[in-house]
Amino acid sequence: MPPDTTSESPGSDVTSTVFKDTELTLGLPGEARFSGGKTCSKRGFIERSMDLNLGDSSSSSSQTRGKILAGQDFSSESLVSGAGKPSAAKRQEVVGWPPVRSLRKRALEGCKYVKVAVDGAPYLRKVDLEIYNSYQELLRALEQMFMTCFAIRGNYVGEGGRKVMYPMKEMEYVPTYEDKDGDWMLVGDVPWKMFLESCKRIRLMKSSEAVGTLAPRTHPRSCTYEVAADQQLKAR
Amino acid sequence: MDPERKKVLERVAVSTFPDEVLERVLVQLKSHKDRSSVSLVCHSWYDAERFSRTHVFIANCYSVTPEIVSRRFPNIRSVSLKGKPRFSDFNLVPPKWGADIRSWLVMFAAKYPFLEELRLKRMTVTDESLEFLALSCPNFKGLSLLSCDGFSTDGLAAIATHCKNLTELDIQENDLNDKSGSWLSCFPENFSSLEVLNFANLSNDVNFEALERLVSRCKSLKVLKVNRNITLEQLPRLLIHAPLLTELGTGSFLQEHPACQYSELENAFNKCMNLNTLSGLSEVTALSLPALYPTCANLTFLNLSCAALQSGELAKLLVHCPCLRRLWVLDTVEDKGLEAVGSNCPLLEELRVFPTDPFDEDTFHGVTESGFIAVSYGCRRLSYVLYFCRQMTNAAVETIVQNCPDFTHFRLCIMNPWQPDYQTNEPMDKAFCAVVKTCTRLQRLAVSGLLTDLTFEYIGKYAKNLETLSVAFAGSSDWGMQCVLGGCPKLRKLEIRDCPFGNAALLSGLDKYESMRSLWMSGCKVTMNGCRLLAKEMPRLNVEVIKVDGSNESQADKVYVYRSVAGPRRDAPPFVLTL
Repeated sequence: MPPDTTSESPGSDVTSTVFKDTELTLGLPGEARFSGGKTCSKRGFIERSMDLNLGDSSSSSSQTRGKILAGQDFSSESLVSGAGKPSAAKRQEVVGWPPVRSLRKRALEGCKYVKVAVDGAPYLRKVDLEIYNSYQELLRALEQMFMTCFAIRGNYVGEGGRKVMYPMKEMEYVPTYEDKDGDWMLVGDVPWKMFLESCKRIRLMKSSEAVGTLAPRTHPRSCTYEVAADQQLKAR
Repeated sequence: MDPERKKVLERVAVSTFPDEVLERVLVQLKSHKDRSSVSLVCHSWYDAERFSRTHVFIANCYSVTPEIVSRRFPNIRSVSLKGKPRFSDFNLVPPKWGADIRSWLVMFAAKYPFLEELRLKRMTVTDESLEFLALSCPNFKGLSLLSCDGFSTDGLAAIATHCKNLTELDIQENDLNDKSGSWLSCFPENFSSLEVLNFANLSNDVNFEALERLVSRCKSLKVLKVNRNITLEQLPRLLIHAPLLTELGTGSFLQEHPACQYSELENAFNKCMNLNTLSGLSEVTALSLPALYPTCANLTFLNLSCAALQSGELAKLLVHCPCLRRLWVLDTVEDKGLEAVGSNCPLLEELRVFPTDPFDEDTFHGVTESGFIAVSYGCRRLSYVLYFCRQMTNAAVETIVQNCPDFTHFRLCIMNPWQPDYQTNEPMDKAFCAVVKTCTRLQRLAVSGLLTDLTFEYIGKYAKNLETLSVAFAGSSDWGMQCVLGGCPKLRKLEIRDCPFGNAALLSGLDKYESMRSLWMSGCKVTMNGCRLLAKEMPRLNVEVIKVDGSNESQADKVYVYRSVAGPRRDAPPFVLTL
């Protein structure tokens, strides 16, 4: 028999103790606490994991707990009221939780591979959007990627005999992408996360051609271009 | 005649049932549980069984030695082995823990040179081992590696090169070093016996022409699962060569050229009228999905866990899949998608909903209790569920099990640890109480959310058929675990992490552990002394503690207890202490 009452009512000692300990509070461990926003918010996990009294408060168990939380520091910013979205501070992750195989996670990460075509380049590249955190990072990476390729090509001459210069100068190229619905949009139009979700492929369009080609459906010309580029890619 | 066998036959000369007849009968027995029962009847049945057994399944590679196995079963052609504890899938077991297949292969080469099939789960397999296997067993036909590690595509090349009679190569969810896709080109040009090829796990390009030729040569190919580098344009060229396919895993389903190849794709799928299983479909879009519709009529298993479908897309697809029995999806389909499941799939028995981004709640809302309820109303035959969600209520689960009382596998993962019923703020005890009370056939249960000892009282009392229990961030005291160990008569595997269970709980199971396959406890409150006591009281159990760097000396961070006739491990790494 358990040491406490065996009453099954919600008001039994065992459950109410647990409740109190899981009440959402704000602040760092050791500081004075005050009750905060709504219950079981997304960040409830972090507070609860610090508050939850597992009975034995020996140093060893709190050490174990620290390990679970990967021993990271909590800044007060990350524990701001539940109403707002978390700031730059990333959510703390528990090892092996949720129980999803890391290979499955990696498999899904692969889903964010998109092909990048640059007008005038003979082949496509693939980028994993997941590894970038912002448009800035992505565009910088693309710049490096395609600048290198042009450098290797040396005196490559682009379509219509035009000499290719720094491909990523804002005047020269406009980054566009095809979203899930098949529409071509300007990169940067939507929030980064939404872009990650909906981007199927990227095309760095020559700015002279960009005028008037966005928003309406993909025109056949760009289709043929990708066929040619794709075939070249496969031939490598 | 084998002298040992002769002795056996002489011993049972008085038996009224001739051995030859007995063996003929026993050879028909496939289930290892039945065979175990048979072997316990009497000596002559034990012997007849062991000579007639051709397949052996070893659920824990450390529970027995290769020598013991080969002595008892001289005529084995097929072996299945499982190694590491299941939580190694979630990085809770350090690398180089063990479960190396090598010592088994050495025995196979000596005692089972005619070995045909090897199925491994969570074992460490090196390239050298794979080559050794290929060279030692000339008749080798089928290799299946699930969740293994330690090898690279070089090992696969060795298999492809040397196994002239290979019918099955099944590489699933492994942590392998994919150096290059050239292994596929190692199949000889005249090689044509393959029936099962699954390399979806691999990330490098294989030579497509070599694959095309391979598929066209292997006229008996029934299962083909390619990796995501195979494009939608390439797929029809494979399908036309494999009309007998029953299981297909596609590569990327992203349509590069909208108009061009769609008709070719449609034609190819029209020819695949024997498909019952479909998977892959990564990068699928609303444009490419309709190409599948003709082939879905006979589908019984649809695995969309790599395809980030939206609810509308799933709904349109499911209209064409009335015979579906098993469905795996990502939570991008949301509750609306699950409503479509309920509406279109009355024969559904298994549903798995995987989280797209377990750590990021801002982009996706995933699925909630509503989706699960909707499925339960439409799919009354549901018996297997794996459900990842961010919110759940007791009432919802009560409704669900009322609609579907036949659950044998109920794995619910509320992704925030200790999360209560979000409507009532109560613990989720009532939910799991309902599950174990209503679902009398329950064999496997995974619990989550805020749970007190009450849940475990109910589990111990009502879960009469429960064999596997997974517990994380739950319970209030030792009493919870004691209830489980004191009840659950059929319990075989108990895996626990981050629960307030300590030595009293651990030691309350002394009578039980020998009837169980294994116990795992990590992040709990068990100490080294508690483990030592257990080891002392139960010499036929292996009590192993995995020490984590920098932890307290007296704490037993990760404990793995299992029954064994092999004695303590001889290959334990320094961080594994056998007590």
